[in-house]
Amino acid sequence: MSRRRIWAIVRKEVREYRRNRSVIYGMAILPLVFAIQPLIAVLRLSSGASEGLAHEHVLLYMLGIPTLVPVFVAAYSVAGERQQGTLEPALTTPVRGDEFLIGKAVAALLPSLLIAYLVFAVFVGIVEVKAAPGVAASVMQPMDLLAQLLFTPLLACWTVWVAIAISTRSSDVRVAQQLGVLASLPPVFVTVMIALNVIEPTPQLAIGCGALLIVLDVFGWLLVSRLFDRERLISGSH
Amino acid sequence: MLDHMGALEAGSAGRPGPALAVRGLSKRFGDRVAFQDLSFEIGRGEVFGFLGPNGAGKTTTVRTLGTLLVPTSGSATVAGFQLTPENAVEIRRRIAIMPEAPGLYLKLTVVENLECFADLYEVRDPGDRIAAALRAVNLIDRSHDTCGTLSKGLRQRVALARALLSDPEVLFLDEPTAGLDPVAAREVHELIDGLRKQGVTIFLTTHRLEEAERLCDRVAILNTTLRTIGRPGELRDQLFARTILVSTLNPLADPGKVFTGLKAVDSWRQEGTTGSYVLAVSDPSTAAPAATRALVAAGADVLSIAESHHSLEDVYLELIAEDPEASRREA
Repeated sequence: MSRRRIWAIVRKEVREYRRNRSVIYGMAILPLVFAIQPLIAVLRLSSGASEGLAHEHVLLYMLGIPTLVPVFVAAYSVAGERQQGTLEPALTTPVRGDEFLIGKAVAALLPSLLIAYLVFAVFVGIVEVKAAPGVAASVMQPMDLLAQLLFTPLLACWTVWVAIAISTRSSDVRVAQQLGVLASLPPVFVTVMIALNVIEPTPQLAIGCGALLIVLDVFGWLLVSRLFDRERLISGSH
Repeated sequence: MLDHMGALEAGSAGRPGPALAVRGLSKRFGDRVAFQDLSFEIGRGEVFGFLGPNGAGKTTTVRTLGTLLVPTSGSATVAGFQLTPENAVEIRRRIAIMPEAPGLYLKLTVVENLECFADLYEVRDPGDRIAAALRAVNLIDRSHDTCGTLSKGLRQRVALARALLSDPEVLFLDEPTAGLDPVAAREVHELIDGLRKQGVTIFLTTHRLEEAERLCDRVAILNTTLRTIGRPGELRDQLFARTILVSTLNPLADPGKVFTGLKAVDSWRQEGTTGSYVLAVSDPSTAAPAATRALVAAGADVLSIAESHHSLEDVYLELIAEDPEASRREA
Protein backbone atom coordinates (compact mmCIF):
# COMPACT_ATOMS: atom_id res chain seq x y z
CA MET A 1 0.00 0.00 0.00
CA SER A 2 1.37 3.41 -0.96
CA ARG A 3 1.15 6.18 1.62
CA ARG A 4 1.88 8.75 -1.08
CA ARG A 5 -1.14 7.68 -3.13
CA ILE A 6 -3.37 7.63 -0.04
CA TRP A 7 -2.16 11.08 0.91
CA ALA A 8 -2.78 12.31 -2.67
CA ILE A 9 -6.44 11.34 -2.29
CA VAL A 10 -6.69 12.90 1.18
CA ARG A 11 -5.11 16.17 0.08
CA LYS A 12 -7.27 16.41 -3.03
CA GLU A 13 -10.45 15.66 -1.06
CA VAL A 14 -9.71 18.25 1.63
CA ARG A 15 -8.93 20.86 -1.02
CA GLU A 16 -12.24 20.10 -2.75
CA TYR A 17 -14.28 20.16 0.47
CA ARG A 18 -12.83 23.52 1.42
CA ARG A 19 -14.21 24.94 -1.83
CA ASN A 20 -17.55 23.15 -1.78
CA ARG A 21 -20.15 25.31 -0.06
CA SER A 22 -22.76 22.58 0.36
CA VAL A 23 -20.25 20.42 2.19
CA ILE A 24 -19.06 23.31 4.39
CA TYR A 25 -22.61 24.35 5.28
CA GLY A 26 -23.59 20.77 6.03
CA MET A 27 -20.58 20.27 8.26
CA ALA A 28 -21.12 23.60 10.02
CA ILE A 29 -24.85 23.55 10.65
CA LEU A 30 -25.16 20.11 12.25
CA PRO A 31 -22.67 20.72 15.07
CA LEU A 32 -24.45 23.97 15.87
CA VAL A 33 -27.79 22.13 16.07
CA PHE A 34 -26.28 19.57 18.44
CA ALA A 35 -24.38 22.12 20.55
CA ILE A 36 -26.64 25.16 20.83
CA GLN A 37 -29.79 23.56 22.22
CA PRO A 38 -28.10 21.72 25.14
CA LEU A 39 -25.86 24.74 25.73
CA ILE A 40 -28.82 27.09 26.13
CA ALA A 41 -30.56 24.52 28.33
CA VAL A 42 -27.53 24.22 30.60
CA LEU A 43 -26.86 27.96 30.79
CA ARG A 44 -30.47 28.65 31.81
CA LEU A 45 -30.28 26.28 34.75
CA SER A 46 -29.91 27.73 38.21
CA SER A 47 -27.58 26.25 40.83
CA GLY A 48 -30.55 24.61 42.53
CA ALA A 49 -31.38 22.62 39.43
CA SER A 50 -27.98 20.98 39.26
CA GLU A 51 -29.13 17.91 41.20
CA GLY A 52 -31.60 17.05 38.47
CA LEU A 53 -28.72 16.84 36.01
CA ALA A 54 -27.18 13.97 37.93
CA HIS A 55 -29.55 11.61 36.09
CA GLU A 56 -28.91 13.13 32.67
CA HIS A 57 -25.83 12.95 30.49
CA VAL A 58 -25.88 16.18 28.56
CA LEU A 59 -22.40 15.67 27.12
CA LEU A 60 -23.49 12.50 25.38
CA TYR A 61 -25.77 14.54 23.12
CA MET A 62 -22.55 15.71 21.54
CA LEU A 63 -21.92 12.22 20.19
CA GLY A 64 -24.47 13.08 17.51
CA ILE A 65 -21.83 15.30 15.93
CA PRO A 66 -19.26 12.62 15.00
CA THR A 67 -22.15 10.34 14.05
CA LEU A 68 -23.72 12.69 11.53
CA VAL A 69 -21.09 15.18 10.35
CA PRO A 70 -18.98 12.67 8.32
CA VAL A 71 -22.04 11.76 6.25
CA PHE A 72 -21.74 14.95 4.20
CA VAL A 73 -18.22 14.32 2.98
CA ALA A 74 -18.18 10.53 2.96
CA ALA A 75 -21.41 10.28 0.97
CA TYR A 76 -19.95 12.76 -1.52
CA SER A 77 -16.67 10.88 -1.87
CA VAL A 78 -17.43 8.36 -4.63
CA ALA A 79 -20.84 9.52 -5.88
CA GLY A 80 -19.52 13.07 -6.21
CA GLU A 81 -16.57 11.96 -8.32
CA ARG A 82 -18.86 9.87 -10.45
CA GLN A 83 -21.28 12.76 -10.90
CA GLN A 84 -18.59 15.20 -12.01
CA GLY A 85 -16.87 12.65 -14.26
CA THR A 86 -13.59 12.55 -12.35
CA LEU A 87 -13.82 8.96 -11.16
CA GLU A 88 -12.61 7.37 -14.39
CA PRO A 89 -9.36 9.37 -14.68
CA ALA A 90 -8.60 8.64 -11.02
CA LEU A 91 -9.23 4.92 -11.42
CA THR A 92 -6.99 4.70 -14.49
CA THR A 93 -4.00 5.55 -12.28
CA PRO A 94 -2.09 2.87 -10.34
CA VAL A 95 -4.12 3.63 -7.21
CA ARG A 96 -5.44 0.42 -5.63
CA GLY A 97 -9.00 0.11 -4.42
CA ASP A 98 -8.01 -0.02 -0.75
CA GLU A 99 -5.72 3.01 -1.12
CA PHE A 100 -8.50 4.94 -2.79
CA LEU A 101 -10.99 4.02 -0.07
CA ILE A 102 -8.65 4.69 2.83
CA GLY A 103 -7.79 8.07 1.33
CA LYS A 104 -11.49 8.89 1.04
CA ALA A 105 -12.18 7.66 4.58
CA VAL A 106 -9.31 9.59 6.16
CA ALA A 107 -10.35 12.73 4.29
CA ALA A 108 -13.86 12.39 5.73
CA LEU A 109 -12.72 11.32 9.19
CA LEU A 110 -10.10 13.98 9.95
CA PRO A 111 -12.27 17.10 9.53
CA SER A 112 -15.18 15.36 11.26
CA LEU A 113 -13.07 14.51 14.31
CA LEU A 114 -11.61 17.99 14.32
CA ILE A 115 -15.08 19.55 14.28
CA ALA A 116 -16.49 17.13 16.88
CA TYR A 117 -13.65 17.70 19.37
CA LEU A 118 -13.55 21.43 18.70
CA VAL A 119 -17.28 21.91 19.28
CA PHE A 120 -17.06 19.71 22.36
CA ALA A 121 -14.15 21.75 23.72
CA VAL A 122 -16.00 25.02 23.07
CA PHE A 123 -19.13 23.59 24.75
CA VAL A 124 -17.15 22.46 27.80
CA GLY A 125 -15.32 25.78 27.97
CA ILE A 126 -18.52 27.85 27.84
CA VAL A 127 -20.23 25.64 30.43
CA GLU A 128 -17.22 25.96 32.76
CA VAL A 129 -17.15 29.73 32.47
CA LYS A 130 -20.80 30.68 32.11
CA ALA A 131 -22.93 28.00 33.80
CA ALA A 132 -24.26 28.52 37.27
CA PRO A 133 -22.10 27.17 40.12
CA GLY A 134 -22.78 23.47 40.62
CA VAL A 135 -24.32 23.06 37.16
CA ALA A 136 -20.94 22.78 35.46
CA ALA A 137 -19.82 20.10 37.91
CA SER A 138 -23.02 18.11 37.26
CA VAL A 139 -22.59 18.34 33.49
CA MET A 140 -18.90 17.42 33.49
CA GLN A 141 -19.23 13.85 34.67
CA PRO A 142 -15.82 12.15 34.21
CA MET A 143 -17.29 9.03 32.60
CA ASP A 144 -19.21 11.15 30.09
CA LEU A 145 -16.05 13.07 29.22
CA LEU A 146 -14.19 9.81 28.71
CA ALA A 147 -17.04 8.39 26.64
CA GLN A 148 -17.01 11.48 24.50
CA LEU A 149 -13.31 11.18 23.83
CA LEU A 150 -13.35 7.43 23.09
CA PHE A 151 -16.63 7.02 21.24
CA THR A 152 -16.16 10.01 18.92
CA PRO A 153 -13.68 8.26 16.56
CA LEU A 154 -15.51 4.92 16.74
CA LEU A 155 -18.85 6.45 15.80
CA ALA A 156 -17.31 8.68 13.12
CA CYS A 157 -15.54 5.69 11.62
CA TRP A 158 -18.76 3.70 11.42
CA THR A 159 -20.57 6.59 9.74
CA VAL A 160 -17.71 7.07 7.27
CA TRP A 161 -17.82 3.45 6.12
CA VAL A 162 -21.62 3.36 5.89
CA ALA A 163 -21.69 6.60 3.90
CA ILE A 164 -18.87 5.50 1.57
CA ALA A 165 -20.65 2.16 1.03
CA ILE A 166 -23.79 4.05 0.04
CA SER A 167 -21.74 6.43 -2.09
CA THR A 168 -20.21 3.56 -4.09
CA ARG A 169 -23.71 2.38 -4.96
CA SER A 170 -25.26 5.74 -5.70
CA SER A 171 -24.85 7.98 -8.71
CA ASP A 172 -26.45 10.99 -7.03
CA VAL A 173 -24.73 12.85 -4.21
CA ARG A 174 -27.93 14.11 -2.55
CA VAL A 175 -29.49 10.68 -2.51
CA ALA A 176 -26.27 9.29 -1.03
CA GLN A 177 -26.24 11.97 1.67
CA GLN A 178 -29.90 11.43 2.56
CA LEU A 179 -29.47 7.67 2.78
CA GLY A 180 -26.28 8.19 4.77
CA VAL A 181 -28.11 10.35 7.32
CA LEU A 182 -30.86 7.72 7.60
CA ALA A 183 -28.31 4.95 8.13
CA SER A 184 -26.59 7.00 10.86
CA LEU A 185 -29.75 7.58 12.86
CA PRO A 186 -29.73 4.31 14.90
CA PRO A 187 -26.50 5.18 16.78
CA VAL A 188 -27.81 8.72 17.31
CA PHE A 189 -31.02 7.25 18.74
CA VAL A 190 -29.05 5.03 21.13
CA THR A 191 -26.87 7.90 22.37
CA VAL A 192 -29.93 10.09 22.93
CA MET A 193 -31.55 7.27 24.92
CA ILE A 194 -28.42 7.03 27.05
CA ALA A 195 -28.22 10.82 27.42
CA LEU A 196 -31.80 10.88 28.68
CA ASN A 197 -31.04 7.99 31.00
CA VAL A 198 -33.69 5.81 29.31
CA ILE A 199 -30.85 3.36 28.83
CA GLU A 200 -28.77 3.47 31.97
CA PRO A 201 -25.12 4.10 31.16
CA THR A 202 -22.92 1.61 32.97
CA PRO A 203 -19.25 0.66 32.48
CA GLN A 204 -20.40 -2.72 31.11
CA LEU A 205 -22.65 -1.00 28.59
CA ALA A 206 -19.80 1.31 27.57
CA ILE A 207 -17.42 -1.63 27.07
CA GLY A 208 -20.10 -3.55 25.15
CA CYS A 209 -20.90 -0.59 22.91
CA GLY A 210 -17.19 0.08 22.35
CA ALA A 211 -16.53 -3.53 21.37
CA LEU A 212 -19.57 -3.55 19.10
CA LEU A 213 -18.44 -0.37 17.37
CA ILE A 214 -14.94 -1.76 16.80
CA VAL A 215 -16.49 -4.86 15.23
CA LEU A 216 -18.83 -2.71 13.13
CA ASP A 217 -15.94 -0.49 12.01
CA VAL A 218 -13.96 -3.51 10.83
CA PHE A 219 -17.06 -4.95 9.20
CA GLY A 220 -17.71 -1.57 7.54
CA TRP A 221 -14.22 -1.53 6.02
CA LEU A 222 -14.64 -5.09 4.74
CA LEU A 223 -18.06 -4.27 3.32
CA VAL A 224 -16.81 -1.18 1.49
CA SER A 225 -13.81 -3.09 0.12
CA ARG A 226 -16.15 -5.70 -1.29
CA LEU A 227 -18.50 -3.13 -2.75
CA PHE A 228 -15.67 -1.27 -4.50
CA ASP A 229 -15.67 -2.63 -8.02
CA ARG A 230 -13.97 -0.57 -10.72
CA GLU A 231 -16.03 -2.15 -13.49
CA ARG A 232 -19.33 -1.42 -11.79
CA LEU A 233 -18.28 2.12 -10.92
CA ILE A 234 -17.22 2.87 -14.49
CA SER A 235 -19.87 1.06 -16.50
CA GLY A 236 -22.70 1.00 -13.98
CA SER A 237 -23.14 -2.72 -14.66
CA HIS A 238 -23.00 -5.58 -12.16
CA MET B 1 4.80 22.67 -28.71
CA LEU B 2 6.55 19.51 -27.68
CA ASP B 3 9.84 21.24 -28.26
CA HIS B 4 9.15 22.63 -24.80
CA MET B 5 8.78 19.22 -23.24
CA GLY B 6 12.35 19.14 -22.08
CA ALA B 7 12.23 16.78 -19.13
CA LEU B 8 9.43 14.69 -20.60
CA GLU B 9 10.85 11.60 -22.21
CA ALA B 10 9.34 8.96 -24.39
CA GLY B 11 8.12 6.16 -22.25
CA SER B 12 9.05 3.13 -24.30
CA ALA B 13 10.80 0.85 -21.88
CA GLY B 14 13.24 -1.85 -22.80
CA ARG B 15 10.78 -4.76 -22.73
CA PRO B 16 10.67 -6.58 -26.04
CA GLY B 17 7.56 -7.29 -28.06
CA PRO B 18 4.68 -5.13 -29.17
CA ALA B 19 3.22 -2.35 -27.03
CA LEU B 20 -0.19 -3.97 -27.31
CA ALA B 21 -1.11 -7.47 -28.44
CA VAL B 22 -4.77 -8.45 -28.43
CA ARG B 23 -6.00 -11.95 -29.21
CA GLY B 24 -9.68 -12.84 -29.50
CA LEU B 25 -10.68 -10.24 -26.91
CA SER B 26 -14.41 -9.89 -26.20
CA LYS B 27 -16.51 -7.96 -23.73
CA ARG B 28 -20.16 -8.47 -22.95
CA PHE B 29 -22.47 -6.73 -20.51
CA GLY B 30 -25.08 -9.40 -19.90
CA ASP B 31 -26.59 -10.16 -23.28
CA ARG B 32 -25.17 -7.05 -24.91
CA VAL B 33 -21.97 -7.47 -26.86
CA ALA B 34 -19.71 -4.43 -26.50
CA PHE B 35 -17.00 -5.84 -28.76
CA GLN B 36 -16.15 -9.30 -29.93
CA ASP B 37 -13.16 -11.30 -31.03
CA LEU B 38 -10.70 -8.45 -31.42
CA SER B 39 -7.20 -9.40 -32.52
CA PHE B 40 -4.45 -6.96 -33.41
CA GLU B 41 -0.97 -5.88 -32.46
CA ILE B 42 0.45 -2.40 -32.06
CA GLY B 43 4.18 -1.85 -32.31
CA ARG B 44 6.12 0.35 -29.92
CA GLY B 45 6.08 3.94 -31.07
CA GLU B 46 3.15 3.38 -33.40
CA VAL B 47 0.16 5.72 -33.63
CA PHE B 48 -2.83 3.45 -34.01
CA GLY B 49 -6.24 4.83 -34.94
CA PHE B 50 -9.36 3.10 -33.70
CA LEU B 51 -12.39 4.17 -35.70
CA GLY B 52 -15.99 3.19 -35.56
CA PRO B 53 -19.55 4.48 -35.28
CA ASN B 54 -21.19 5.35 -31.98
CA GLY B 55 -21.70 2.26 -29.86
CA ALA B 56 -19.13 0.26 -31.81
CA GLY B 57 -17.18 -0.55 -28.64
CA LYS B 58 -14.23 1.84 -28.97
CA THR B 59 -14.37 3.30 -25.47
CA THR B 60 -15.12 -0.10 -23.95
CA THR B 61 -12.04 -1.47 -25.68
CA VAL B 62 -9.92 1.34 -24.22
CA ARG B 63 -11.36 0.76 -20.76
CA THR B 64 -10.75 -2.97 -21.04
CA LEU B 65 -7.15 -2.56 -22.16
CA GLY B 66 -6.76 0.04 -19.42
CA THR B 67 -7.79 -2.57 -16.79
CA LEU B 68 -10.96 -0.72 -15.83
CA LEU B 69 -13.14 -3.50 -17.23
CA VAL B 70 -12.49 -7.22 -17.16
CA PRO B 71 -12.70 -8.90 -20.58
CA THR B 72 -15.26 -11.66 -20.98
CA SER B 73 -12.91 -13.78 -23.07
CA GLY B 74 -9.67 -13.61 -25.00
CA SER B 75 -6.30 -12.31 -23.91
CA ALA B 76 -4.11 -9.27 -24.30
CA THR B 77 -0.68 -7.97 -23.44
CA VAL B 78 -0.42 -4.30 -22.53
CA ALA B 79 3.01 -2.66 -22.23
CA GLY B 80 4.52 -6.11 -21.92
CA PHE B 81 2.16 -7.33 -19.19
CA GLN B 82 -0.54 -9.94 -19.55
CA LEU B 83 -3.95 -8.32 -19.08
CA THR B 84 -4.99 -9.96 -15.81
CA PRO B 85 -6.39 -8.53 -12.56
CA GLU B 86 -3.08 -9.37 -10.84
CA ASN B 87 -1.14 -7.20 -13.32
CA ALA B 88 -3.63 -4.34 -13.29
CA VAL B 89 -1.54 -1.99 -11.16
CA GLU B 90 1.64 -2.71 -13.13
CA ILE B 91 -0.21 -2.03 -16.38
CA ARG B 92 -1.75 1.17 -15.06
CA ARG B 93 1.70 2.37 -14.02
CA ARG B 94 2.83 2.13 -17.66
CA ILE B 95 -0.14 3.55 -19.47
CA ALA B 96 -2.19 6.72 -19.39
CA ILE B 97 -5.74 7.17 -20.54
CA MET B 98 -7.21 10.46 -21.56
CA PRO B 99 -10.98 9.91 -21.57
CA GLU B 100 -13.30 11.79 -23.87
CA ALA B 101 -14.47 14.06 -21.04
CA PRO B 102 -11.44 15.67 -19.39
CA GLY B 103 -12.70 14.75 -15.89
CA LEU B 104 -10.83 17.49 -14.05
CA TYR B 105 -11.48 18.57 -10.49
CA LEU B 106 -13.10 21.85 -11.40
CA LYS B 107 -12.73 23.48 -7.98
CA LEU B 108 -8.98 22.84 -7.98
CA THR B 109 -6.38 24.76 -9.93
CA VAL B 110 -4.53 23.27 -12.89
CA VAL B 111 -1.45 22.64 -10.74
CA GLU B 112 -3.48 21.11 -7.91
CA ASN B 113 -5.07 18.70 -10.39
CA LEU B 114 -1.68 17.69 -11.72
CA GLU B 115 -0.17 17.41 -8.22
CA CYS B 116 -2.85 14.89 -7.30
CA PHE B 117 -2.13 12.74 -10.34
CA ALA B 118 1.65 13.08 -10.02
CA ASP B 119 1.29 11.59 -6.54
CA LEU B 120 -1.10 8.87 -7.71
CA TYR B 121 1.49 7.85 -10.32
CA GLU B 122 4.25 8.36 -7.73
CA VAL B 123 6.13 10.50 -10.22
CA ARG B 124 9.69 11.44 -9.24
CA ASP B 125 10.42 15.17 -9.10
CA PRO B 126 6.73 16.06 -9.41
CA GLY B 127 7.36 19.80 -9.56
CA ASP B 128 9.63 19.46 -12.59
CA ARG B 129 7.36 16.96 -14.30
CA ILE B 130 4.30 19.15 -13.81
CA ALA B 131 6.14 22.18 -15.19
CA ALA B 132 7.35 20.17 -18.19
CA ALA B 133 3.86 18.80 -18.88
CA LEU B 134 2.36 22.27 -18.65
CA ARG B 135 4.99 23.66 -21.00
CA ALA B 136 4.25 20.82 -23.40
CA VAL B 137 0.61 21.79 -23.65
CA ASN B 138 1.41 25.50 -23.55
CA LEU B 139 -0.44 26.11 -20.29
CA ILE B 140 2.30 27.26 -17.97
CA ASP B 141 0.77 30.75 -17.66
CA ARG B 142 -2.61 29.29 -16.63
CA SER B 143 -1.24 26.89 -14.04
CA HIS B 144 -2.86 28.63 -11.08
CA ASP B 145 -6.26 29.10 -12.72
CA THR B 146 -9.14 27.10 -11.33
CA CYS B 147 -10.06 24.42 -13.86
CA GLY B 148 -13.73 25.41 -13.71
CA THR B 149 -12.84 28.76 -15.29
CA LEU B 150 -11.08 27.22 -18.31
CA SER B 151 -12.59 26.76 -21.76
CA LYS B 152 -13.26 23.26 -23.08
CA GLY B 153 -10.15 23.40 -25.24
CA LEU B 154 -7.95 24.39 -22.31
CA ARG B 155 -9.46 21.67 -20.11
CA GLN B 156 -8.62 19.17 -22.81
CA ARG B 157 -5.05 20.41 -22.75
CA VAL B 158 -4.90 20.01 -18.97
CA ALA B 159 -6.18 16.45 -19.38
CA LEU B 160 -3.44 15.81 -21.92
CA ALA B 161 -0.83 17.26 -19.55
CA ARG B 162 -2.18 14.92 -16.88
CA ALA B 163 -1.79 11.97 -19.24
CA LEU B 164 1.81 12.96 -20.00
CA LEU B 165 2.84 13.26 -16.34
CA SER B 166 3.67 9.61 -15.88
CA ASP B 167 5.74 9.31 -19.06
CA PRO B 168 3.50 6.48 -20.31
CA GLU B 169 4.62 3.68 -22.58
CA VAL B 170 1.15 3.51 -24.11
CA LEU B 171 -1.08 6.54 -24.28
CA PHE B 172 -4.80 5.96 -24.88
CA LEU B 173 -6.53 9.02 -26.27
CA ASP B 174 -10.30 8.64 -26.41
CA GLU B 175 -11.71 11.22 -28.82
CA PRO B 176 -9.12 13.84 -27.81
CA THR B 177 -10.50 16.53 -30.12
CA ALA B 178 -14.21 15.92 -29.58
CA GLY B 179 -15.98 19.25 -29.24
CA LEU B 180 -12.87 21.34 -29.87
CA ASP B 181 -12.76 24.20 -32.33
CA PRO B 182 -10.41 23.80 -35.32
CA VAL B 183 -7.59 25.79 -33.71
CA ALA B 184 -7.69 23.80 -30.47
CA ALA B 185 -7.98 20.55 -32.45
CA ARG B 186 -4.92 21.49 -34.48
CA GLU B 187 -2.97 22.11 -31.29
CA VAL B 188 -3.88 18.65 -30.04
CA HIS B 189 -2.81 17.21 -33.41
CA GLU B 190 0.55 18.92 -33.08
CA LEU B 191 0.96 17.45 -29.61
CA ILE B 192 0.17 13.96 -30.84
CA ASP B 193 2.58 14.45 -33.72
CA GLY B 194 5.26 15.49 -31.26
CA LEU B 195 4.62 12.47 -29.05
CA ARG B 196 4.88 10.19 -32.06
CA LYS B 197 8.27 11.70 -32.87
CA GLN B 198 9.34 10.90 -29.32
CA GLY B 199 8.36 7.26 -29.75
CA VAL B 200 5.30 7.13 -27.51
CA THR B 201 2.81 4.45 -28.55
CA ILE B 202 -0.57 6.09 -29.05
CA PHE B 203 -3.94 4.36 -29.25
CA LEU B 204 -6.26 6.98 -30.67
CA THR B 205 -10.01 6.57 -30.89
CA THR B 206 -11.62 9.19 -33.03
CA HIS B 207 -14.59 10.09 -35.15
CA ARG B 208 -12.52 12.51 -37.18
CA LEU B 209 -11.35 10.54 -40.14
CA GLU B 210 -9.06 13.24 -41.47
CA GLU B 211 -7.46 13.25 -38.02
CA ALA B 212 -6.84 9.51 -38.18
CA GLU B 213 -5.54 9.76 -41.73
CA ARG B 214 -3.16 12.54 -40.81
CA LEU B 215 -1.87 11.15 -37.53
CA CYS B 216 -2.08 7.38 -37.61
CA ASP B 217 0.39 4.87 -38.95
CA ARG B 218 -2.37 2.27 -39.06
CA VAL B 219 -6.08 2.31 -38.42
CA ALA B 220 -8.65 -0.27 -37.43
CA ILE B 221 -12.34 0.11 -38.10
CA LEU B 222 -14.48 -1.42 -35.41
CA ASN B 223 -18.13 -2.16 -35.36
CA THR B 224 -18.42 -4.53 -32.42
CA THR B 225 -16.12 -6.79 -34.45
CA LEU B 226 -13.02 -5.59 -36.22
CA ARG B 227 -14.01 -4.77 -39.80
CA THR B 228 -10.60 -3.98 -41.17
CA ILE B 229 -7.11 -2.99 -40.12
CA GLY B 230 -4.16 -1.58 -42.01
CA ARG B 231 -2.43 1.54 -43.23
CA PRO B 232 -4.91 4.09 -44.60
CA GLY B 233 -3.40 3.74 -48.09
CA GLU B 234 -3.63 -0.04 -47.97
CA LEU B 235 -7.26 0.11 -46.93
CA ARG B 236 -8.05 2.40 -49.84
CA ASP B 237 -6.35 0.00 -52.22
CA GLN B 238 -8.20 -2.96 -50.74
CA LEU B 239 -11.58 -1.36 -51.14
CA PHE B 240 -11.29 0.83 -54.17
CA ALA B 241 -9.85 0.18 -57.64
CA ARG B 242 -7.17 2.74 -58.49
CA THR B 243 -8.49 5.14 -61.07
CA ILE B 244 -7.37 7.98 -63.29
CA LEU B 245 -9.80 10.76 -64.17
CA VAL B 246 -9.44 12.21 -67.66
CA SER B 247 -11.17 15.40 -68.67
CA THR B 248 -11.24 16.70 -72.24
CA LEU B 249 -12.76 19.88 -73.66
CA ASN B 250 -15.14 17.91 -75.92
CA PRO B 251 -16.24 14.26 -75.80
CA LEU B 252 -13.89 11.98 -77.71
CA ALA B 253 -15.17 10.72 -81.04
CA ASP B 254 -14.05 7.14 -80.35
CA PRO B 255 -12.91 6.76 -76.72
CA GLY B 256 -12.68 2.97 -77.03
CA LYS B 257 -10.00 3.38 -79.65
CA VAL B 258 -8.05 5.76 -77.39
CA PHE B 259 -8.22 3.86 -74.08
CA THR B 260 -8.61 0.19 -74.91
CA GLY B 261 -5.37 -1.73 -74.75
CA LEU B 262 -3.37 1.04 -73.10
CA LYS B 263 -0.58 -0.15 -70.85
CA ALA B 264 -1.72 -0.60 -67.19
CA VAL B 265 -5.31 0.40 -68.03
CA ASP B 266 -7.71 -2.38 -67.03
CA SER B 267 -10.99 -0.79 -68.14
CA TRP B 268 -12.59 2.57 -68.78
CA ARG B 269 -15.99 4.25 -68.69
CA GLN B 270 -17.41 7.59 -69.72
CA GLU B 271 -19.18 9.81 -67.15
CA GLY B 272 -22.46 10.65 -68.89
CA THR B 273 -22.08 12.31 -72.27
CA THR B 274 -19.43 14.81 -71.22
CA GLY B 275 -15.70 14.67 -71.87
CA SER B 276 -15.02 12.97 -68.54
CA TYR B 277 -13.60 9.44 -68.43
CA VAL B 278 -12.68 7.16 -65.57
CA LEU B 279 -9.87 4.67 -66.23
CA ALA B 280 -9.41 1.72 -63.86
CA VAL B 281 -5.66 1.18 -63.72
CA SER B 282 -3.22 -1.20 -62.13
CA ASP B 283 -0.38 1.35 -61.95
CA PRO B 284 -1.18 5.07 -62.28
CA SER B 285 2.43 6.05 -62.95
CA THR B 286 2.46 3.87 -66.07
CA ALA B 287 -1.12 4.43 -67.15
CA ALA B 288 -1.17 8.24 -66.92
CA PRO B 289 1.68 8.90 -69.42
CA ALA B 290 0.27 6.24 -71.77
CA ALA B 291 -3.17 7.83 -71.65
CA THR B 292 -1.68 11.30 -72.21
CA ARG B 293 0.19 10.11 -75.29
CA ALA B 294 -2.92 8.39 -76.66
CA LEU B 295 -5.07 11.47 -76.10
CA VAL B 296 -2.55 13.76 -77.80
CA ALA B 297 -2.26 11.30 -80.69
CA ALA B 298 -6.06 11.35 -81.03
CA GLY B 299 -6.02 15.15 -81.19
CA ALA B 300 -8.02 15.59 -77.98
CA ASP B 301 -8.02 18.89 -76.10
CA VAL B 302 -6.96 17.59 -72.68
CA LEU B 303 -8.09 19.63 -69.69
CA SER B 304 -6.71 17.38 -66.94
CA ILE B 305 -5.43 13.91 -66.14
CA ALA B 306 -5.30 13.04 -62.46
CA GLU B 307 -5.30 10.06 -60.19
CA SER B 308 -8.48 9.75 -58.19
CA HIS B 309 -7.83 9.85 -54.42
CA HIS B 310 -10.13 8.06 -52.02
CA SER B 311 -9.96 9.28 -48.47
CA LEU B 312 -10.12 7.25 -45.31
CA GLU B 313 -13.62 8.63 -45.02
CA ASP B 314 -14.52 6.82 -48.26
CA VAL B 315 -13.13 3.61 -46.78
CA TYR B 316 -15.05 4.14 -43.55
CA LEU B 317 -18.30 4.97 -45.29
CA GLU B 318 -17.92 2.01 -47.62
CA LEU B 319 -17.46 -0.37 -44.70
CA ILE B 320 -20.19 1.17 -42.59
CA ALA B 321 -22.60 1.24 -45.54
CA GLU B 322 -22.21 -2.54 -45.77
CA ASP B 323 -23.41 -2.78 -42.20
CA PRO B 324 -27.06 -1.76 -41.71
CA GLU B 325 -26.76 -1.98 -37.92
CA ALA B 326 -23.91 0.52 -37.88
CA SER B 327 -25.68 2.85 -40.30
CA ARG B 328 -28.73 2.79 -38.04
CA ARG B 329 -26.61 3.65 -34.97
CA GLU B 330 -24.86 6.48 -36.82
CA ALA B 331 -28.24 7.93 -37.83
